[in-house]
Amino acid sequence: METLLQQTVNGLVVGSVYALVALGYTMVYGILGLINFAHGDILMIGALVALEAIRLLQLHAPDLGLIPTLLAGLSISVVVCMILGYTIERTAYRRLRNAPRLAPLITAIGVSFLLQTIAMIIWGRNYHTFPQLVSTTPIEPIAGVFITPVQIVILVVSAVLMVALVLLVNRTRLGRAMRATAENHKVASLMGVDTNKIIAATFIIGSALAAVAGVMFSSNYGIAHYAMGFMPGLKAFTAAVLGGIGNLGGAMLGGLLLGLVESIGAGYIEDLSFGFLNSSYQDIFAFIILGIVLIFRPTGLLGERVADRA
Amino acid sequence: MNELANAIPWLGKRNPAAARWVVIALALAAPLIAMFFGKTWVRILDFALLYVMLAIGLNLVVGFAGLLDLGYIAFYAVGAYTFAFLASPHFELHLPFWLVLPLGAVFAALAGIILGLPTLRLRGDYLAIVTLGFGEIVRIFLNNLNHPVNITNGPQGINMIDPLVLFGWDISRPIRIGEEITINSLFLYYYVFLAFVVLSIILVQRLQISRVGRAWAAIRDDELAAKAIGINTRNMKLLAFSLGATFGGVAGGLFAAFQGFVSPESFSLMESIAVLTMVVFGGMGNLAGVVVGALVLTALPEILRHVAVPVQQAVFNQVLLDPEVLRMLLLSLAMIFMMLLRPAGLIPAHSRYSRPELVVGVGEAGK
Repeated sequence: METLLQQTVNGLVVGSVYALVALGYTMVYGILGLINFAHGDILMIGALVALEAIRLLQLHAPDLGLIPTLLAGLSISVVVCMILGYTIERTAYRRLRNAPRLAPLITAIGVSFLLQTIAMIIWGRNYHTFPQLVSTTPIEPIAGVFITPVQIVILVVSAVLMVALVLLVNRTRLGRAMRATAENHKVASLMGVDTNKIIAATFIIGSALAAVAGVMFSSNYGIAHYAMGFMPGLKAFTAAVLGGIGNLGGAMLGGLLLGLVESIGAGYIEDLSFGFLNSSYQDIFAFIILGIVLIFRPTGLLGERVADRA
Repeated sequence: MNELANAIPWLGKRNPAAARWVVIALALAAPLIAMFFGKTWVRILDFALLYVMLAIGLNLVVGFAGLLDLGYIAFYAVGAYTFAFLASPHFELHLPFWLVLPLGAVFAALAGIILGLPTLRLRGDYLAIVTLGFGEIVRIFLNNLNHPVNITNGPQGINMIDPLVLFGWDISRPIRIGEEITINSLFLYYYVFLAFVVLSIILVQRLQISRVGRAWAAIRDDELAAKAIGINTRNMKLLAFSLGATFGGVAGGLFAAFQGFVSPESFSLMESIAVLTMVVFGGMGNLAGVVVGALVLTALPEILRHVAVPVQQAVFNQVLLDPEVLRMLLLSLAMIFMMLLRPAGLIPAHSRYSRPELVVGVGEAGK
């Protein structure tokens, strides 16, 4: 029982990071019908830029407190990722907006590998230790469950960001324009919406969320690496599909569910398979869920779109 | 035979016969030319031919049938590991290659069907992600199936795999003619691989103009319409997956025998993407283009490795970009710029039956 509770907490924490990334996938997919393959790598860039910024700050401004250092590093990485997201959309995707469906997807794969290569050139192949600005030592166990301060921060920050995003999309002018563009480009532009601007804004918002997710991911696990974006990216995509791609609430639900399934599954896989499989198979859960959802309910839990549309 | 001439478009258009002979002569003489630059280059040529086979197989799935498969390297892995299991000291089995290679092909084809069945309804980007997941699952299993029962030997891989033995003649040993001349086994492998490549090209070319090939083209261009005119899209898609996988399986078996060693590292996502880039770069749906794409994108990183590294050392006194980074950079840029500037590839597909949707597709404006 304690394992179950513990894995539930861990799952919620990981799941909320997936949810943040999944929001980026789902927003872009909702508007462009494109799987932005490079989204996971933006998370990676976010983590590494934050790492670099924090290192520099610690070197040149050691008197700055832990939290201001973290916030400064985070803001720098968010800004860098927003610029990056915009640049990618402007240079690689915009020209292919009217191309047949495989072209932008292949370009996105190319962009993803390009980002990884660039990160490899700048930061090398090694795993970097991510500075532990928020403590990762568990506080007093509650009902036998250990939770670390950084996990609490992750839960709170993701919740705040998700609420903010929902408000942005549902209550503001920009959000209304985004929804209109997702509904129908042409009609939206006839109604005076500058769809190019809206699409760029979508990429920028998504990238900012990915940057925050990257910093949280690295703070939680204490490492950063040039290829770290691949798996969370893929899992977040799975989460988006699970929840119903194009649907914001779905992405959040999907992210949390996926985190839970993965954590609890990894905790019990050894017993379930009579010792044949162990937790090194953890990554398989996401793929299996993805397969099952796409086969039996391609619209996802909350979605209405059809898989065939892609 | 036309495909041969297409490999050199500028000559092929004016004088197909000459172009054909140039291609044949080049294919036969390539290892001799490469030998001038050293044995490594012959080895690189051998690998290039394996990539050509992979690209031909993937082109069948992506270019002909329009099914974007990002896990293609899994079939290569199935072929390679089948060979490794059945012809190495790992399980103390040493079956002959003419048995193991077809078995590898059959297992790869089965894997193709296993992947194909659940994904029949998916198209485009969804299919891409699921196939990517399939490739990763295969790799995770290869990496971890060393306990509690050791099947794949985990990340260490399997070594001391039997070489190819043709008619009782081990081609991994150099042949000696008289006292002076010895023919290196790398040459022998080259010609064996070349034979396989030629066979694959003939096969695929016949397939493309057959009923099946036309059915694939129809599915690729409009699945609904294809169904409406009575094409059994389910069987045709499964056939595309399994036939494409077969080529991967055979190439995998050859790879295992040639290398004498397999490990999960050789079957990473990067390799799937590399093969896809070769197909895209050369020209999806066009056999000649795909072959040229595979050759160029295997050779170019190697040339860079031998040129860029010494240059960097001379200029900066250190190696800033190592060869693996250069390869990734080259592949990713090739993919992006090809899509932006020349989406139909280096040698675009031309005939009625080989126009991938990339060329003629109906712009959907993101909807």
